[in-house]
Amino acid sequence: MAIAQAAAPSDWFYRWRRPLEAVALPAAALLAAIVIFGGFCAFAGANPFAVYGSIYKAAFGSWSAWQNTLIRASPLMLTALCTALPARLGLVIIGNEGALVMGGLAAVVAGLQLGTALPAPITQVAMAMAAIVAGGLWITLAGALRHYRGVNETISSLLLNYIAIALMNHLVEGPMRDAEFVTKPSSAELDPSLLIGNLPGSRIHYGLLYGLIACIIAYVLIQRTTFGFAARTAGGNIRAARIAGLPVGKLTLAVCFLGGSAAGLAGMIEVAAVQKRINASLVSNYGYAGILVAFVSRHNPLATVLVAILLGGILASGGILQRSHDLPDATVLVFQGIVFLCVLFSDSLYGRLPWFREKAAT
Amino acid sequence: MDTATLTAPQKIEGPAQLDVVEMTKQFGSFTALDKASLRLRPGTVHALLGENGAGKSTLVKCVMGYYRPTSGQIQINQQSQAINSPKDAHHYGIGMVYQHFTSVPAMTVAENLVLSRYDNQTLINWKQEYAELRAFIADSPFQIELDVPVAQLAAGQKQKLEILKQLYLKSRILILDEPTSVLTPVEADEVLGLLRKEVLAGKLSILLITHKFREVQSFADEVTILRKGKLAGQGSVQDLSIEAMAEMMLGKERNTKSVDKTEAAEQTPVLSLEGICASQDNGLPAVKGVNLAVHTGEIVGIAGVSGNGQRELVEVLAGQRSPTSGSLQVNGEPYTATREEMFRHQVYALPEEPLRNACVPTMSVAENVALRTFDRPPQAKWGWWLILKAMRTMAMGLVETFSIKTPSIDTPIRNLSGGNVQRAVLSRELSSKDVRLLIAANPCFGLDFAAVDFIHNAIVDARNRGVAVLLVSEDLDELLVLADRIIVISEGEFVYESAIADADLQLIGKSMAGH
Repeated sequence: MAIAQAAAPSDWFYRWRRPLEAVALPAAALLAAIVIFGGFCAFAGANPFAVYGSIYKAAFGSWSAWQNTLIRASPLMLTALCTALPARLGLVIIGNEGALVMGGLAAVVAGLQLGTALPAPITQVAMAMAAIVAGGLWITLAGALRHYRGVNETISSLLLNYIAIALMNHLVEGPMRDAEFVTKPSSAELDPSLLIGNLPGSRIHYGLLYGLIACIIAYVLIQRTTFGFAARTAGGNIRAARIAGLPVGKLTLAVCFLGGSAAGLAGMIEVAAVQKRINASLVSNYGYAGILVAFVSRHNPLATVLVAILLGGILASGGILQRSHDLPDATVLVFQGIVFLCVLFSDSLYGRLPWFREKAAT
Repeated sequence: MDTATLTAPQKIEGPAQLDVVEMTKQFGSFTALDKASLRLRPGTVHALLGENGAGKSTLVKCVMGYYRPTSGQIQINQQSQAINSPKDAHHYGIGMVYQHFTSVPAMTVAENLVLSRYDNQTLINWKQEYAELRAFIADSPFQIELDVPVAQLAAGQKQKLEILKQLYLKSRILILDEPTSVLTPVEADEVLGLLRKEVLAGKLSILLITHKFREVQSFADEVTILRKGKLAGQGSVQDLSIEAMAEMMLGKERNTKSVDKTEAAEQTPVLSLEGICASQDNGLPAVKGVNLAVHTGEIVGIAGVSGNGQRELVEVLAGQRSPTSGSLQVNGEPYTATREEMFRHQVYALPEEPLRNACVPTMSVAENVALRTFDRPPQAKWGWWLILKAMRTMAMGLVETFSIKTPSIDTPIRNLSGGNVQRAVLSRELSSKDVRLLIAANPCFGLDFAAVDFIHNAIVDARNRGVAVLLVSEDLDELLVLADRIIVISEGEFVYESAIADADLQLIGKSMAGH
């Protein structure tokens, strides 16, 4: 036994290199995005430092700003899971918007059908269940097409979005339309007793808690259960999963269902806490922004919470850019897009930077 | 070299003489090619014969400039020349035709030919090109219509197009890498026959890589036989019988460095296949109704040249592919390779290319070695909750026992060397005390000697414990050392079977070559 010593030096940086890498790379990407967007703002004639000051103030500058941010973050946490969970199985699902719409639709149908016949908490649970099942089945459809027929799940889930939105429009303009509501074609309003209330002392609805709990459950499910282990195995190498006898088809369907059900729940929260009825306003980009959140958080459900809050803040600052800096409302989408590209690029740097490399075995 | 020989002034059209002199190629400590020499005389067909891994590809890749030889020379017309890239090779009129087609399926024959040219013109004058191409085709050994998209050509036609490309590039020395492996025998004879005519007319020389004796005898003038990177024999085909060539290719004295085997007390069948058929990815039949029984304490070896259905057979047994027909039984019960069945019957597998087939590259060593056990106590509680500590404890034990060299058990397994990935898989598949059936496919492919010994011993040890082992390998030596019974698979069928003591090497060689 000449050298029996393991290769791990004792310095703390080496020991923590992996978490450090996982924090440093997205942070650097965010910084790069801030610099690029700053250039964009300067080009558009605004002072970038003032713009960032405004964004910060509008997103995190006061309790009121925080509330705006968190209200936007809660559906994002849930819609992000619709991409993040299937991603662990190697699927790229972007049907978040459709699953959200289907969930909202199912929740409203359940809420209107049951009305006040049952105690409100039971009806609320039924609405949530309806949303979960509807959103879940919607994405399961994309998963099944993938598994049984080899249809590309990204394209099919994207197209399912259009179908879901068209279905909702058809229903609110036809069979479900509330004739007395003239502003825009909508369903009837949910009974006030069925609405999701606010957290005490705030404008933030309970949906934030749903989002937090869902993300924690998703994290535990993926990291700490045999189901999650099997899903990660199948996602990492389907051939190895088959050799281990894992039921790849069932896993695909189950994970797609879970992802879709999270987005469906987001739909239920939006109708029961914000919109109170269903109409085209439900399609407000939370689904697509959820894809962004999932990718930025590298499909880690806990990181999803933080990224959703960050993006919620950016979305909340849209108005102020228009009002104080004379920038178009869509400027925040430019910022969002730049952040997305920078983070996707940083993804290709994992394991390549010398400081974070593992030292070879002796 | 005998410099006294006068070289006749070469006609511009004719091929040059190609000499490979004492070529050695090392990859790290592994010697793939060891002082091999051959001479390709102008206007002859020279066959390069050898098993998989004998060094044939290494030799031609050195000639083509893909590899830089560790030592040795390439001589063109007895002038030593440096060939550092395929472009250099092309400069000396050497062109290679690969086993797999390299044409663009959606484009026509004419477009593919023009595309293959080295010069990059911005504008293509199609009228002129067509006129030239027609003249070229009229003068070439093969007739193919220029306007047909390549996708519509039969395999034989595609192979002809690949050869035409080289002729079009004015290559006069053709290296053909198992050109007939994708062709039917009739197509193969046609292609080689037409090429042979060109050779006899003095327009070409051909270096033909093959493992089919029949082709060597019918179409080659001279043959060079490689074995484990070394020159095993060389000479005129007329002077060599198939038996002699088979002996050179497979080796005469087998170093039956016997791994200690104990006699099994009683043999009961564990795995039985009846009429198993399976298809390739493209839907063509790969395994054509095989029957097989593997008993306790027995290693059944399946030999064969790669691509004869053994991969698909292993995939069926490992649960990666569904059989198209036939029945598969383990311990007398139908077996469909579900996780529950694998556990109940204690079936384990060592597939080839373990990183691709049996590991999740991005997951840690600990997670990878837990792939069989993560959902059972002590690694799981209540059937769904992972006990990470138990997983880590087991992983640390296995890393120690199987001497897996890894920075830590949390390292992603893709960061390990090939031998250590194989050890990790082996530790996972063999650590269960109750293993009853082991399916192994080329378990030592590409590993160094120490790793090979380790794996061989582990397999024999399992056999001695009463495990039924099915060992599929392209390395005949490995099978002769390890197996109790040997079967040869050729074109998806079992064509030879005998106990290892009665194995007839020449017959095995012939069966492998499809005789």
